[in-house]
Amino acid sequence: MVPAQHIAPGDALLKVENVSLRFGGVKAITDVSFDIKKGEIRAIIGPNGAGKTSMLNVINGFYHPQEGLITYKGATRAKMKPYVAASQGIARTFQNVALFKGMSTLDNIMVGRTLKMKSSFFWQVFRHGPAMQEEIVHRRMVEEIIDFLEIEHIRKVPVGKLPYGLQKRVELGRALAMEPELLLLDEPMAGMNLEEKEDMCRFILDVKEQYGTTIALIEHDMGVVMDLSDRVVVLEYGRKIADGTPDEVKADQAVIDAYLGVAH
Amino acid sequence: MLADATAVLDTFPKWLAHQARTRPARPGMRHKDLGIWTEWSWAEVERKVRAYAVGLMAHGLQRGDKVAIIGNNRPKLYWSMMAVQCAGGIPVPVYADAVADEMAYVLDHSEVRFACVQDQEQVDKLLSVVDRVPNIALVFYDEPRGLRGYDHSRLQAIDEVIAQGEAAMLADPDAVRRLDASIAAGSGDDISVMLYTSGTTGRSKGVMLSAGRCIAAARDTVAFDKLSDQDNVIAYLPLAWVGDHYLNYAQALIAGFCINCPESPETAVEDRREIGNTYAFAPPRVFEGMLTRIMIRMEDAGWLKRKMFHYYMGVAKKWGEKILDGKPVPVLARLNYAIGDLLVYGPLKNVMGLTTVRVGYTAGEAIGPELFSFFRSIGLNLKQLYGQTEAFLFVTCQTDTGVRADCVGPATPNVEIRIAEDGEVLYKSPGQFVGYFKEPEKTAETMTPDGFVKTGDAGFFEKDGQLRIIDRAKDVGKLKNGALYAPKYIENKLKFFPNIREAVAFGQGEDMVTCFINIDLVAVGNWAERNNVSYGSYQELAGHPQVYEIIAGHVAEVNRQLAEEPMMARSQIGRFLILHKELDADDGELTRTQKVRRGFIAERYAPLVKALYDGSKEADISTEVTFEDGRKGVISARVKVMDAKIAPIAQAA
Repeated sequence: MVPAQHIAPGDALLKVENVSLRFGGVKAITDVSFDIKKGEIRAIIGPNGAGKTSMLNVINGFYHPQEGLITYKGATRAKMKPYVAASQGIARTFQNVALFKGMSTLDNIMVGRTLKMKSSFFWQVFRHGPAMQEEIVHRRMVEEIIDFLEIEHIRKVPVGKLPYGLQKRVELGRALAMEPELLLLDEPMAGMNLEEKEDMCRFILDVKEQYGTTIALIEHDMGVVMDLSDRVVVLEYGRKIADGTPDEVKADQAVIDAYLGVAH
Repeated sequence: MLADATAVLDTFPKWLAHQARTRPARPGMRHKDLGIWTEWSWAEVERKVRAYAVGLMAHGLQRGDKVAIIGNNRPKLYWSMMAVQCAGGIPVPVYADAVADEMAYVLDHSEVRFACVQDQEQVDKLLSVVDRVPNIALVFYDEPRGLRGYDHSRLQAIDEVIAQGEAAMLADPDAVRRLDASIAAGSGDDISVMLYTSGTTGRSKGVMLSAGRCIAAARDTVAFDKLSDQDNVIAYLPLAWVGDHYLNYAQALIAGFCINCPESPETAVEDRREIGNTYAFAPPRVFEGMLTRIMIRMEDAGWLKRKMFHYYMGVAKKWGEKILDGKPVPVLARLNYAIGDLLVYGPLKNVMGLTTVRVGYTAGEAIGPELFSFFRSIGLNLKQLYGQTEAFLFVTCQTDTGVRADCVGPATPNVEIRIAEDGEVLYKSPGQFVGYFKEPEKTAETMTPDGFVKTGDAGFFEKDGQLRIIDRAKDVGKLKNGALYAPKYIENKLKFFPNIREAVAFGQGEDMVTCFINIDLVAVGNWAERNNVSYGSYQELAGHPQVYEIIAGHVAEVNRQLAEEPMMARSQIGRFLILHKELDADDGELTRTQKVRRGFIAERYAPLVKALYDGSKEADISTEVTFEDGRKGVISARVKVMDAKIAPIAQAA
């Protein structure tokens, strides 16, 4: 593996070049290129089936594109396993919440720290010696995230019992626990009411400000996308049809057609 | 130097120094932060506060400057009040959940020069109204999250102010001297704090309380309830409310007990269990909430547990209060109660975090007798007090053995009470206010020529010397048929049912009493879940025919109770409706202390009030609602009106 370079704010943290992804005969993504700059909020939007989630899956190594290159922190690769992506600082949340339903909020977020744990499995099983010391350090990190996301009151509640909006917040917490450099959010606001959406927006902006995390997000709520993101890339049927600031994208005829339909 | 400053304990800064000297190692304050209770001893609290005060003085805080305190119960905000007082300023706590517009009024009226706030939310609110409050020079905040990108020309972290103060105290002995001089210069005649009334009637007024009077009042009650540094309180009431300032601030500084700040308002119940507070205060609403949750959980419990609960609640109802009052109780009943305590009451109190409570008070509103008895019967020493901001809280309070549900107790030590000819309660108390800020004419209106304060409440003394409050003096009225009508009395009876969250009664000068009802979403929602009643929104649930049936049953029960009371029998509820939205302080329907504003509601829902009296079966209403961020929207609905069952009036024998 090529050692990761230091990337200054404003430089491309991640570059996607001419990526194509096929499932058998189905083309999910065709020849898409864009970049994500360090410290920005980058939105990926598009109608249903445009290939947005596939794109995220390509970025964090879950899918391997047939063609194209991905450059992350200066290292170019065609294939990467998800756990390698995770250890390189890419964290994500899922469209359908993927938490451990029977475990408490605290434990779920603690899971996000697993990668950072150094002590051996042996000590962890017995929760003794170095593992105990380490757990205290990690617990503090997790408590800071709990405080950050204002979920103190559900610290010990099994997440399966929580309303959807809070589960999404816990999932964000777990992703943050990895101290990611690049955070991928797959529809963080789906199924939320207005107030929950506003809370989530605030958290996303705070994450960017406080931790300097670069964020790529998929979202359907246009108001949210235009308010939050620095730049937007628009996909339709697996192709990129527009790329630019929210204002540019809003004014783009191809985007308007894709969203509103064209008279035939 | 210090000894001189505290020779006469007539201000709170002097009391702080006194506590730091006499019990330096005792915990003065705790805060649950990142899941761990952090503790400050009285000596540490004093050190922080002194440094903070020096920092504030360096920022230009002058004697007599007002400083707004806005946020939840957090140590740094309590320290802010102490530090401001040390520097000779006057803290003005403001309700943290007030919308920006309300806040602007108070900030402008009180002429605050600085504000100490909790977090970004409050900073945003302040910034949104900053051009309407030109006096504000600087805003200090506790939690830095989200504020990094803000323009810091008028913003600073409280931590930084404290650090600057600490540095200044090390570098410059003059700074220490100036602080000590400022503390020593404080006298009992200084205004110690300005508390804005909740505004049940019109705009809120700034109640000026002097240090000496505050301390006199708090000393009386500390002695009355034998509070000591071994006690613990959990601070969860709004900072701006007199209850919090009295019980958590004034009494703590005088008795030297520990103020425990919960992690967040939502975790207060769990935090209370962890701390095991010994002295508790809660408005009836909080007790109502606890009882509702317990009743719901019991409904969901297994058959055996339910059986056991109901049996032992019966035992508690029969003997619990007598045991608490030290009255003679048969040995077997005592034994049975002890078993109940082991099986039911003990665990119940544990769940509610009331196990270690030695003295509990409720006030703020009349409490339903059944609700009150429930908590007393399971062994909680719950008492009532009656008070108001103008009195610095206590006017009357009950002794440990003289508790009854329908009265609020005899006058607190050193308080004088008189009943005016029209039934209004008047008092003279050691803590009584100096006046309303900038409104001398209102001060004059509230005082009698011989120095008594008018409470605005109607009441009378029972034979055993306890005061009984019926209602607001101006709300007590008569129906067209001449029957006495006390809206609050009826509303409280309705509100005892867990399904009813709020009720608003009408009837002044009409031929019958009618009322609006707000269902309790938790209780009714739970019922709906168990009975497979589907609903999409609060509005839909509120209008559900089966819900109407349940509420009709409750109304009929209230009528039956009213029929048994000769005074009230003729003012039974004739018709009622269930409101389509929850009454909300943001819409001005409730005060910030959650009291209904009857007049405002009658105006706002005029078509519904009309429908209650003109016999129609339903009515349309559309109302404007205010969201938390200040935006407005409209809710419209068709509301059904229902006739209530009138109970036959019991014939006096």
